[in-house]
Amino acid sequence: MWQIFHKLGSPKWFFGIASKLMPWLLWVGAAMLVAGIVWGLGFAPKDYLQGNSYRIIFIHVPAAFLAQSVYIMMAVAGLVTLVWRMKLADVFVRAVAPVGAILTFLALFTGAVWGKPTWGTWWIWDARLTSMLILLFLYFGVMALGAAISDEKSSARAVAVLVLVGVVNIPIIKYSVEWWNTLHQPATFKLTEKPSMPAEMWVPLLLSVLGLYLIFGWLACLRMQTEILVREGRTRWVKELVQARGN
Amino acid sequence: MHPIRKKRLTIVLFLLAGVSVAVGLTTYALRQNINLFYDPSQIAEGEAPVDVRIRAGGMVEEGSVLRDPESLRVEFKVTDFTSSVLMEYTGILPDLFAEGQGVVAMGRLDGNGRFVADQVLAKHDENYMSPEVNEALEKAAGKRAAMSDAESESAVSY
Repeated sequence: MWQIFHKLGSPKWFFGIASKLMPWLLWVGAAMLVAGIVWGLGFAPKDYLQGNSYRIIFIHVPAAFLAQSVYIMMAVAGLVTLVWRMKLADVFVRAVAPVGAILTFLALFTGAVWGKPTWGTWWIWDARLTSMLILLFLYFGVMALGAAISDEKSSARAVAVLVLVGVVNIPIIKYSVEWWNTLHQPATFKLTEKPSMPAEMWVPLLLSVLGLYLIFGWLACLRMQTEILVREGRTRWVKELVQARGN
Repeated sequence: MHPIRKKRLTIVLFLLAGVSVAVGLTTYALRQNINLFYDPSQIAEGEAPVDVRIRAGGMVEEGSVLRDPESLRVEFKVTDFTSSVLMEYTGILPDLFAEGQGVVAMGRLDGNGRFVADQVLAKHDENYMSPEVNEALEKAAGKRAAMSDAESESAVSY
């Protein structure tokens, strides 16, 4: 096990694996995402109370889900950076922070669009919405801090500490709707119970969540490869790779 | 594991635990400010300040909505199934406002325990259903449910 873990630290090894994985992630993910969204937006039944406006969940929920998962993955990578000083973990954090920020923004934006007709307001400072906004700022903070320190090693450590400190926000987002009175409704999906939603609604939702995970995996691989090429530009294997592709 | 790595891991875990405790204590101390609204029991116990703009929320009590036929004034009771509070509002209610649905209102408590709202927001619950299933459920619940549904229907279309 440790051997795989140490191999993972090698950018060259990762580059090869990622190239093999990426087409699968992209095509399977895109197929699931498109199927889930088309099914959800076009064919799933209306909600008895909200009518068609509830359909925004087929975008809102996957985006919000991923936004938090990406942050947790970044925190794990941050831990690896601090304890094992693995360069690839830092590459991961740099590569996915903007993706996480976009997903968080998408969740906030679609939530606001849904909130206007459903609640009667675009925005309210309740615990769920506010903690999600903090997540967006954490992503911005990670990106800004990473760009502000030019020394690669100290930059990696500073970013990792920020990511780890910010991970406290994740359980707050998750449990905000249970700990406090909020306007945002509690979770429809719980690990221990059946979803309080018919299968014709949750199956397409599940499809789009899984599809977005795979698409995220593809995007993470792609962005990590780019970051690796930039960082390892002077090494022999990158030069050979570039020459091989050039021909 | 290498002793240096073990040491680093301990430091990081301590850091995380420390931050968690600090954030936990802060949010616990600020819980009254983080709560978006007072529920009817808190108002009944006198926890909510009088004549200060606050939010109050709960479920609209079945059969409690009274509309003034001459204006947009509405009166309704909001309950958390322990206590309830009488609310008064003049204006257009959100589409999802109905008896048995959640609301969060912004306004002031007057001295007599009446809540005068200037904004009413609908609170959606976590349950989703197709209209057909809802209809079937209501049919099964019998005439009484059908009647109260007709009432809430008229409240929605108002």
